[in-house]
Amino acid sequence: MTANIVSITGGKQSAFIDKVKEILPQGGNLNLCLTCGACASGCPATGLADMDPRKFLRMCAMGMDEEVTTTPWVWMCTMCMRCIYVCPMEINIPQLVFNARAAWPRENRPKGIRDSCDMAMRTETNSAMGTAPDDFKFVVEDVLAEYQEAQPEFADMQAPIDKEGAYFFLNQNSREPNTEPDELVPLWKILHLAGADWTYGSKGWAAENYCLFLADNKCWEHVTRVSAKQADDLGCKVFLNTE
Amino acid sequence: MKSIYEYYAKWIREGKLKVSSDWNKERKVKFTIQDPCQIVRKTFGDPIADDLRYVIGKVVGEENIIEMTPNKSNNYCCGGGGGFLQSGFTEARRAYGKVKFDQIMETGADYCITGCHNCHAQVHDIGHHFGGHYSTVHIWTLICLSLGVLGPNERAYLGDDLKDVNVFHPESEH
Repeated sequence: MTANIVSITGGKQSAFIDKVKEILPQGGNLNLCLTCGACASGCPATGLADMDPRKFLRMCAMGMDEEVTTTPWVWMCTMCMRCIYVCPMEINIPQLVFNARAAWPRENRPKGIRDSCDMAMRTETNSAMGTAPDDFKFVVEDVLAEYQEAQPEFADMQAPIDKEGAYFFLNQNSREPNTEPDELVPLWKILHLAGADWTYGSKGWAAENYCLFLADNKCWEHVTRVSAKQADDLGCKVFLNTE
Repeated sequence: MKSIYEYYAKWIREGKLKVSSDWNKERKVKFTIQDPCQIVRKTFGDPIADDLRYVIGKVVGEENIIEMTPNKSNNYCCGGGGGFLQSGFTEARRAYGKVKFDQIMETGADYCITGCHNCHAQVHDIGHHFGGHYSTVHIWTLICLSLGVLGPNERAYLGDDLKDVNVFHPESEH
């Protein structure tokens, strides 16, 4: 499954794995690997970039910091957490991957992910596609009016933005308002028929968080806090994740 | 923080959403389910996967669900998560997704239901790339289809087999 033999230069070069251990409960169990391979055998990323989860963990344990913090494999692992789920010792390999991503200079991280994060940071909607509050409001109101008229059974349907005291604070992926607005409608219909009391937020409605994927701790926390604060400020009871 | 799947299931159990799978009694269109890692394994676990199955069973008929193996909390990621779709590593992303593609094909299902946008985009893409014949669909589309309220313009992800089924206000097509 892997082509190259790992050569150890001897002695720890530095302490990437130790730094990660410090920030995880029980050190992420990072010392407990039995080398059984359950992680690698069930990982769709095994073999990509000549790497797999077990190999990555072993290289971290052997102090091969240069290699583990530069391999592009950390961007091919989706941090889906199947490896820790099947691991008999519950070793937190995904957190190693996340922190290896974070070890990359920001300007060297994948441009597509970085641009999506930067876009979200530029607007209080959190939209990775840069949708401003007014643009979102326009699309929602325009689509709603069209359907209220074309499908009279839904003449009373609502799609509120910033409704104070609504029970549900709903998030929405940017793709619908930006590229396929008709796809907003089935969700609204379901909420309408169920009698749900819900609202979008003019701030923080966007469901995606590319800053998390970028492993930019400061930015992903900011994005998350914008959404949480808007839900709190409106007095909503439940943050309802639509995806 | 809650997943909307939980509420879909609750609203159906409470009779607020009067869904029916009658539209699929004769057609027997088959569906498989991609459990989103983020919602199932990483957040709510098997109970939310069971809610999702309850909803889908009511909407398309339990007998028309064909499961992938493994599934629920033990499922394979499709390769759309973690920013992979935007990372620029397209070839690697598709190689990763081949595992999921083979799983879906093995079910022989006509549709793969995806619960999140990353899954939707990835499952859709690998289907095209590797020459699959399944369609990739959001659950909200199927709920509205089963309620008889899915209009002609809300069917972007339905295949030709379902484009004309139970169309709500067909005259509103644009």
